[in-house]
Amino acid sequence: MLSIKNLRASVEGKEILKGINLEVKAGEVHAIMGPNGSGKSTLANILAGKSDYEITEGEVTFMGEDLLELSPEIRSRSGLFLSFQYPVEIPGVPMISFLKASVNEHRKYKGLEPLTAGEFLKLMRSKKDMLHLDTELTNRSVNEGFSGGEKKKNEIFQMAMLEPKLSILDETDSGLDIDALRIVAEGVNALKTTENATIVVTHYQRLLDYIIPDFVHVLHNGRIVKTGGKELAFELEEKGYDWIKNGNEQ
Amino acid sequence: MSVIQDKITQSDQLVSLFEQNREILNQGSSPILNRIREVSVKRFAQTGIPGFKNEDYKYTNLKAAFEKSYRQELVRESGLINLNEVYKNNIPELDAHLVFLVNGWFYSGNKPGSELPKGVVLGSFEQIANEQPELIQNYINRQAGLSNDPFAALNTAFAKDGFFLFVPKGVIIEKPVQIVNLLSSEENLMTTQRNLIVAEAGSQVKLVVCDQTLTPVSYLFNSVSEVFVGEGAVVDFYTIQNHNNQSTVINSAFYKQERNSVLYTGTFSLHGGLIRNNLKVTFSSDHSEANVNGLSFTDKKQHTDNFIIIEHASPNCLSNQIYKNILDDESTGAFSGRIHVARDAQQTNAFQRNNNVLLSDKARMQTKPQLIIDADDVKCSHGATVGQINEDALFFLRARGIGEKDARMMLMNAFAHEVVQKITIESLRERIDELIEKRLNGEIAAKHELTV
Repeated sequence: MLSIKNLRASVEGKEILKGINLEVKAGEVHAIMGPNGSGKSTLANILAGKSDYEITEGEVTFMGEDLLELSPEIRSRSGLFLSFQYPVEIPGVPMISFLKASVNEHRKYKGLEPLTAGEFLKLMRSKKDMLHLDTELTNRSVNEGFSGGEKKKNEIFQMAMLEPKLSILDETDSGLDIDALRIVAEGVNALKTTENATIVVTHYQRLLDYIIPDFVHVLHNGRIVKTGGKELAFELEEKGYDWIKNGNEQ
Repeated sequence: MSVIQDKITQSDQLVSLFEQNREILNQGSSPILNRIREVSVKRFAQTGIPGFKNEDYKYTNLKAAFEKSYRQELVRESGLINLNEVYKNNIPELDAHLVFLVNGWFYSGNKPGSELPKGVVLGSFEQIANEQPELIQNYINRQAGLSNDPFAALNTAFAKDGFFLFVPKGVIIEKPVQIVNLLSSEENLMTTQRNLIVAEAGSQVKLVVCDQTLTPVSYLFNSVSEVFVGEGAVVDFYTIQNHNNQSTVINSAFYKQERNSVLYTGTFSLHGGLIRNNLKVTFSSDHSEANVNGLSFTDKKQHTDNFIIIEHASPNCLSNQIYKNILDDESTGAFSGRIHVARDAQQTNAFQRNNNVLLSDKARMQTKPQLIIDADDVKCSHGATVGQINEDALFFLRARGIGEKDARMMLMNAFAHEVVQKITIESLRERIDELIEKRLNGEIAAKHELTV
């Protein structure tokens, strides 16, 4: 589904990603862990199409297409979803009209008719029930005045509405209390099928108690320095990132 | 009949135009008005057309506009146009008491009276000044005459007609009163329009003024409205400006508020070559509230300048201002918001905000908040921002599959929405939303080009 080969990227002349290789297949859950500044969020943003980075080398294919050639909106419509680390507040854009536009753009891309207002509301209701989401959130402007937890739940709600093939969850656990974390994780798990894949980007192992990864990759200094099963996350939690940092230096 | 000027340049030429046409100007006009013409033309002659050295006109040069030659209609002309067609095509349709003005003259085909509550007078300023002078004599030029603005003086010198609205004590006009100002000429035209609105104690009225140029010539539209808001009265006054790129608009509104009165204004500058809005609110008594908002869109080489003065002359009053501009291409804008709190105006609350979005590298915005506070127990705030479209928000929307153009449109609408949602007339709010959509997707500009 996703294939990253020797991806190098820099921002303002400073190299952040120094040759990333990653293969993600349908049905898999990958966790990318790493200390602050290791390039985790950069990787997530580059995959979603943020233009602040210069790709200096490498290639990324998604569903057989050259991902780096696609605009952010086409990546989204093709089934790639980024759950933002810091979801932006957009005062004046109502959640409901934003979501409707988003869902209908995805449908249009697939050659489907736009949903009627009634169908859309029905879909929204079913997804909200699934995620145990507060109904009030969709009556407000996008993320405006939302708490940290509400913003993250809202991201997962959008993911549920769009049913992406590949979801990249960028630090979805940061700023969440244990109850919110559980709701978010349950949502992600409920959306999981054998057809889609998830990349969980996280600093802490905590989220991985709820979302069980098939693979754990440790990113350090712009490279994946270690790959293993879910036990690698526990090892990291126990030994700390210094273990990796020191190991890398030796 | 009309007077053709070869070239109107500076004040002396306008003054000599006045001298040469004194009889025509006085003809058919109320003696009350004719007396104040003479004072006003002298006052105008002293200042003349202001240049950059005039602090109040530092960011808006009107000299170039006055150097063009214009026709003026100094007496009523009988030109008729198909109002229905114009109305359907261009003007937001409201469930309203509707009247038209053509080139500043109250249209003779208007029949506003039948549905209005008893005692309400809505009609031609010229006609009512003649027939019911008692309605205007205590109000006419009482505020504009105090202003130092040369264009208010120029307006008074040449004023013949406009609309007059009188709402007697305690009367509430439920439906909005919609005034449609049409500008239609085959040659360049200078118009002088004079409006007077008197809302007596305890009355309520909502006004929607829609300006619309119908032909691609240069218009110089000089309009003055004086609005008296009586004790406990509530006045809502909205202006929607839609002029072609060759047009110059000088639109002045003077509001005087008595005790416990409430004012809502919204000035929506959708399109126009050069628009200068002078707006002044004077709290002449205590416990009143004024909500003064504006939204402007400019592109190409357009320019909009909102020049606001709030005179907190009395204690315990509240004023709120929100002005927003969206500027594209090489367009320019200016905002000046002066809040003056007089020495005795204790317990004043005065708030002001000006937010601007520049869509291009060449667009420019000048913003100048000005607080002059002579009282010591007041709450005042002001803030101004000039920025670009929020790139993070744009990326967020695109990352959810919304195309770049649509995403930009959503964000601009969202920026504008804060001003739109302050509109107190629901149907107008919806129309303005539609008009903003049309403005941002180029339909309004295309319509002006179609008339070429």
